[in-house]
Parts: sequence; structure tokens; C-alpha cells
Amino acid sequence: MNRLILGRYFPGDSVIHRRDPRAKILCGAAFIFISFLAKNMEGLILLWMFAFGIMFFTKISFRTYFRGLRPLFWLILFTVCLQILFTSGGTLYWRFGPIKLSSFGIVQALFIFTRFVTIIFVTTAVTLTTKPMDLTDGLHALLRPLRLFHLPVDEWSMMLSIALRFIPNLLDETQRVMDAQSARGAVFGEGSLFQQMKALVPIFLPLFAGSLARGEELANVMDVRGYRSELPRSSFRRLKWTFGDTCCLLIMCLLIVALAAFNLNG
Amino acid sequence: MDEPMIDVEDLTFAYASNEKKQILSSVSFKAWRGEWLSVIGRNGAGKSTLAALLIGLLQPSFGRIRIKGIPLNEETKWLIRRHAGMVFQNPDNQFIGATVQDDVAFGLENLNMPYEEMQRRVAEALEAVGMTDYQAEDPSRLSGGQKQRTAIAGVLALHPDLLILDEAFVMLDPRSRRQLIAVLKKLKTERELTILSITHDMDEAAASDRVLVLEKGSVAKEGTPATVFSEKTTLDVPFSERLRRLLLKNGRSVPETYSTESDLIKWLCKSNLNT
Repeated sequence: MNRLILGRYFPGDSVIHRRDPRAKILCGAAFIFISFLAKNMEGLILLWMFAFGIMFFTKISFRTYFRGLRPLFWLILFTVCLQILFTSGGTLYWRFGPIKLSSFGIVQALFIFTRFVTIIFVTTAVTLTTKPMDLTDGLHALLRPLRLFHLPVDEWSMMLSIALRFIPNLLDETQRVMDAQSARGAVFGEGSLFQQMKALVPIFLPLFAGSLARGEELANVMDVRGYRSELPRSSFRRLKWTFGDTCCLLIMCLLIVALAAFNLNG
Repeated sequence: MDEPMIDVEDLTFAYASNEKKQILSSVSFKAWRGEWLSVIGRNGAGKSTLAALLIGLLQPSFGRIRIKGIPLNEETKWLIRRHAGMVFQNPDNQFIGATVQDDVAFGLENLNMPYEEMQRRVAEALEAVGMTDYQAEDPSRLSGGQKQRTAIAGVLALHPDLLILDEAFVMLDPRSRRQLIAVLKKLKTERELTILSITHDMDEAAASDRVLVLEKGSVAKEGTPATVFSEKTTLDVPFSERLRRLLLKNGRSVPETYSTESDLIKWLCKSNLNT
């Protein structure tokens, strides 16, 4: 569980850490779309440079980012192989039934690989440098216009922030239950897949029951402290948009223009 | 002093699923401004039900509750909760904010309070419970006592008249318990805060002005800690009272009534037990 890099926060004080979460979310989302604009080698190189540039400025070691790739390694490999082996066009190097190796396929695979990896790098950079709570605040602020369509944006953000707030408690509790079961002789992570899954039932049951009780008590606490979803609430947490954040968005715009220009020339 | 802070009359409660079994039957009592009232009793005596009724989490089957003269019901409960708060037993399940100051601000946000006012009140409340140094910490890095302090600060930020503690100190170690009792005593005198504490910690009860003993859903006894504890009861008694009784049993002449720990120490030092 501790292996998962995506979604974790690394405290620090880099240029990227200091950016407003709204700017980071906007840029991260924009990058996902932009990666599909790159259709030639120049675009490809630009994407890599941008991703590595961002990673460099977070002052977090590249190794952390590569570890973040690990859980997705098989998925990436599978997609890339599929592209290489089943795309035709260009020079044909090798062929075996429906499987073929062509120059076009290799180029396609390279594009897919780039999109995959750079998107993971950039989004990881966003989550590594932003506290989960700030991300929630940022999302909340960005989604606020949807209130016009009567979507319960405030409730969503309240739910998300409470869920995030209770993750450490649930992890603690899981550990406690597992320890208690181990003390009585339960064995985890051994035997056939079926046996392993069966060993998890006595963990999930108390965990589930505990969460329900916790949820009920939390609801009472919120009620007593005057939380009413139908009424307007003020906010103690404030986001501060600075000049640097505007610069961030400008850089993103420049990237879009550059990629579009490459496409026109190419 | 004319209007009691809490005025409970003939309060009866039974769950709709089992109407025959009355959790509380005809409970009546009053608590005054600036008074610390403890409600003690065994498990199942209806203590926590009483707390839930007083803050409007449950509706009484019969009888009425007035807080500051306002009758408590579904409509007025929000008004009453603006100036009354409750601290629950489990420190983990009542921490809503991501950090200490966010949590204290939660109740103020619900009142749609302006930003600057919130800043001021949060700082002031944290100062009052001695948590200013921890304002940016997240709950996982706090001890149980610090979490309960934060919960108390969350109520204090409302500038309350009434603080209800529902076994709030049960999950704490004895030292944090004593520290919190000292904090509450100070707040009570400084702000004329009315405290109603539901407890089975006898030292907490001994710190209060008046004790109400609940037995099987009704008031069995009422009085100052001194009078309630010096009577022969089935209840656990505070440490000083246990000591007094032991001395008495061993044929020593001791004060007739219950005395606080410090009183007893003074008396022990004065008396010459060797003779």
C-alpha cells in the first residue's frame, strides 16, 4: 500500500509546490488534452521536455516519478505492444499472420508511449506537490460554476474532504484488525488466491461495521456543530492566486501554440 | 440568575421501536449560568440519551427542555446550537477539518461567518485551550488529549453559553484528563460558561459544582459532590473519598464529609496519623 506514489503528497517548497491548486489542476488537465495535439517528432520532444522540466522544478527526485510508473508498467507495455504489432503502414519489416512490424507501427507506439508516460509524470507532479485538501479546495473552486445547474458541488467537496480526512484512520484500523487476527493465528498473503481472498473476509467485516459506526457518529457531530447542506457556508480556507499562477497558465498556452504551429508546418 | 441555563421538566424518552422500555422517565433538573453540573450513573442509566436530548439529536417522548428559556424543538435546535456545543467521547470521530484550525472553524463556517471574524475567533479559541502552537497540525499527529482540546476549542469559538461533555474524557490518560479539567475550570469562571458533563469518571464529577445521579432512567440523588459522595452508594467514588473511607475503616478519625484531594492532603499533613 505504501508503494503507491500517485495521490501522495511530498512536502516541500518548490516553485511548483507554491502554485495555487487551481492553476495546477487546470494545467494538469490541459496537458492531458495537449498530449493528443502532438503529431510529429518536434511535438513529441516538446512533451518530453515539458514533463521533465516540471519534474525538475518540483525538486523531487526522478526516481520517485519512475516508481510512480511501476504499477502501470504492464498496462503501458501491453498498449505499446498492441500498437507495434497490429498497426500497418509505412515500411513493412516483418510479418507473421495478422502480426506485423512496420515503421508506422513503431512511430505510433512511440506516440502512445510518450502520451502515457508524460501524462503520468505531469499528473504525479501535481499530486506530489499539492496537499490532498488543497486539491479538494481547488476542484471545489473550479467546479463552483456548476452550481448554476443545481449540481451539489459544495456537498461533493465536503464528501471528498471528509473521505480524505478519514483515510489515515481507516488504514490504522485495518492494521489493528489485521494484528488482532494475526494474534489469533490468521495468516495473510499465503496460500492460493482463493485462500488469500478468504483470509480478507474477517478483516473487511469489522472494518465495514466500524466505518458505519464512525459514519453515524460523524454525522451526529456535524449536525450538532450546525452543518446544514441547504444553507450557504463561508470558508475558512482561502486560495490565493498569484502572478506566478498566471504565468503558469501562460506557459501552458505557449505550449499549445507551439504544438499547433508544429502541426501546421509539418 | 433568574432564568436557568438548562431547565428540564418531566423528561421521558423511549425509542419508538420499544416504547415500553423507558430509557429516561420523568427526569427534571435545572442548571444555572456559570455552573458545572455532572451527571453520573452506571452504564445504561440513560446518561448519553440525556445528552443527545439536550442538544436536539433525539426528541423526547414526553416532557420539555428549555435552554436559556427557549423551548428546544426541531425548529429551535439550530438557534440553540449557535450558542451551545457538545464534545463527544471518541476524539477521532469528531475531527472534521484537515488541520486543527480548520476543525475549530467548522462550526463558524456553518454560521456563514465572515472570514476575518473567523480568523479572530479561531485564534482566540485555540489560545484558550493552549493549542495555538498546533494550529496547522493535522489530526494524525495529535494525542487524544490534544484532539479533545481542539474539540472544546471548536465549541468555544461559538462563544457558547453551554458546553455539554458526553464522556469526553473517557479515552484519555489520567494526566490529560486532569489538565483538561483544569482548563475547563478556568473557562467556567472566566466566561460564566455552563458545563454539563456526562461522566463516570469520579474525579471529573468531583471537580463540578453539583452532581446528579441517574439510576435506571431517573434522578436518584442530587447535590454537591461532597454530600453525594459521602453517602453510602454503590457508585465508585473519587480517590480522596476512597482514602477517607479506608482510614475510617482502620479506626482513624477523619472529616465527616467528602473533601477534595487538596483538602484531604492539608488535613493529612495537619493531623498526626502516627498517634
